[in-house]
Amino acid sequence: MANVRLEDVSKAFKSAVAVDNLTLTIDEGEFFSLLGPSGCGKTTTLRMIGGFEEPSSGRIWLGDEDVSGLPAHKRDVNTVFQSYALFPHLSVAENVAYGLKRQGVAKDEIGPRVEAMLELVDLEGYGQRRTTQLSGGQQQRVALARALVNRPQVLLLDEPLGALDLKLRKQMQLELKRIQSEVGITFIYVTHDQEEAMTMSDRIAVMSAGRLEQVGAPQDVYELPATSFVASFLGASNLLEGEIEGTSGEVTKVRLGVGGTVTLPAGRLTDSEGPVAVGVRPEKLHIQTTNSSEVDRGDNAIEATVVNSTYTGVSTSYECATSDGTRLVVYVQNLERSASPPGAGAKVRLTWDPDHTFAVSKARPEKT
Amino acid sequence: MAAASASRRRPKREWILPTYTGLVIAYLLIPIVVMMLFGFNDYPGKFNFVWEGFTLDHYRNLFEIPELTQALRNSLVIAAITSVVATTLGTLIALALTRFSFHGRSGLNLFIFIPMATPEIVLGVSLLSMFVAIGFARGFPTVLIAHIMFSISYVVVTVKARTSGFDRSLEDAARDLGADGWTTFWTVTFPLILPGIAAGGLLAFVLSFDDYVVTAFNAGATITFPLWIYGASRFGIPAQVNVMATLIFLLGVAYVVISLLRERGRSAAPDPSEA
Repeated sequence: MANVRLEDVSKAFKSAVAVDNLTLTIDEGEFFSLLGPSGCGKTTTLRMIGGFEEPSSGRIWLGDEDVSGLPAHKRDVNTVFQSYALFPHLSVAENVAYGLKRQGVAKDEIGPRVEAMLELVDLEGYGQRRTTQLSGGQQQRVALARALVNRPQVLLLDEPLGALDLKLRKQMQLELKRIQSEVGITFIYVTHDQEEAMTMSDRIAVMSAGRLEQVGAPQDVYELPATSFVASFLGASNLLEGEIEGTSGEVTKVRLGVGGTVTLPAGRLTDSEGPVAVGVRPEKLHIQTTNSSEVDRGDNAIEATVVNSTYTGVSTSYECATSDGTRLVVYVQNLERSASPPGAGAKVRLTWDPDHTFAVSKARPEKT
Repeated sequence: MAAASASRRRPKREWILPTYTGLVIAYLLIPIVVMMLFGFNDYPGKFNFVWEGFTLDHYRNLFEIPELTQALRNSLVIAAITSVVATTLGTLIALALTRFSFHGRSGLNLFIFIPMATPEIVLGVSLLSMFVAIGFARGFPTVLIAHIMFSISYVVVTVKARTSGFDRSLEDAARDLGADGWTTFWTVTFPLILPGIAAGGLLAFVLSFDDYVVTAFNAGATITFPLWIYGASRFGIPAQVNVMATLIFLLGVAYVVISLLRERGRSAAPDPSEA
């Protein structure tokens, strides 16, 4: 069942269009992430769902209700703010009780509900503390409790882990996921951190310059990025320009600009001819010295030169260049001690399974 | 050798700061102490300048001089009304100046400083000529108008210090949790800027209470506390004035101490798990 629906939502500020014709459906109970670089419109989208910004055009539905013109305090949605925005003049328990008081919940019901919520976020016994006495991670939990205690239809989270250090972030990511599955409320999570989005989300919407680039499960978005933006935002992209040569049965052949052809499953292309860019993720590439073995089965292969290699313990990453200068990144797991890893300047052959090849639509016309 | 001379010099240096600090405090407090002391002076004639002996008579007969009592009452009423009106208006102006960008905001920002930057004597004369020009009788209302006028600026500046650092996301949070604009203001905004409002209110009260110059020009037949004292100074100021001043001073000190204690109580009790 659709829980939140955006229909052709746009938001223009005085100087710029922040969100451009966004249509999106978020299902009930889903952990949904809005992912993109800063300025891509993800926070504005969240603020429109929360009721803090009014869309310039389009409609926003919450369940069966059109909430487009409804002010924030009348929406059954709660937010965890980036800065937490805890009330400094109130204790932890008073902070959590704030929403319940506004709803007019009976006094003798507020206490137990606040206690239960503090327990859920691992802050039992902290009710009487001042929020200014808490650490960043604890404040974050209070902000979460304060929002969740109202049992909203949807919880909005605006980069809630941004201010925490890496270790605490990782811990809170798992914690958030646990809490979400425990309460079963739809979470809409804004982040610019692709790893964070992939770790927690059921689905991810990647945004760029106010537009939706791709929506899908983390694996789909990562393995089969639909646009070159998504390909490069979610890791090293390794894109190669080419021209569609033709499709026979299940397989499409693409002639690369740099020479040679590669194949990929036919369904991955939207066009049947014309220019196209294909790509492959760095960990899917195999590296072999040119004079060694032959290419296996129907693997794709491309000749390149190693530019540099970086040993990182678990793996080694190679940066290679094709003859026309296109850079390709390769991650090789250090499963064995290699006697002579290819060094800078070595001629190598990069091979990969055609099934790991993705195609992205050519970059859409730049706005002029 | 060097170490020995340093340790010999150190005791001397340790005295400098306390001595200096002590002198500054004495400089600030001695006039007040003298004023308080002479509230207990058992002087025979009109002039309360030489210590003659201790008495509590002036406290017992505090309201013995009807004109003085009336002047004090006038000043207290004027200061109270000024404080309430100036604080209300000043707070609203400060809020408007910090959260809305409107046409003429920078002009207003500058404008607010004018009454603070103008010499009081000029303010007093200008007000007087204005009241005369429009044929407005001088008296209690004109004093009130004048006091509110120059107090607003101080309130705006004081409250603005609080509102300009205000985290607007707190109000977003309140609205998010179901509070409408009115509730948000009274449950979040107001309690958080209250220290600024209280300071502004106190400032307005004090400014109004002890104003002489502006009042002298616009009071008509209304006599305020400072006006009465100034008038009496030619014939000898009765010790009741010292007593009243002492009581007002102690009230002010009590206010400051209480607000300090409240502030401390708020930030006290450090989190043991944080240490």
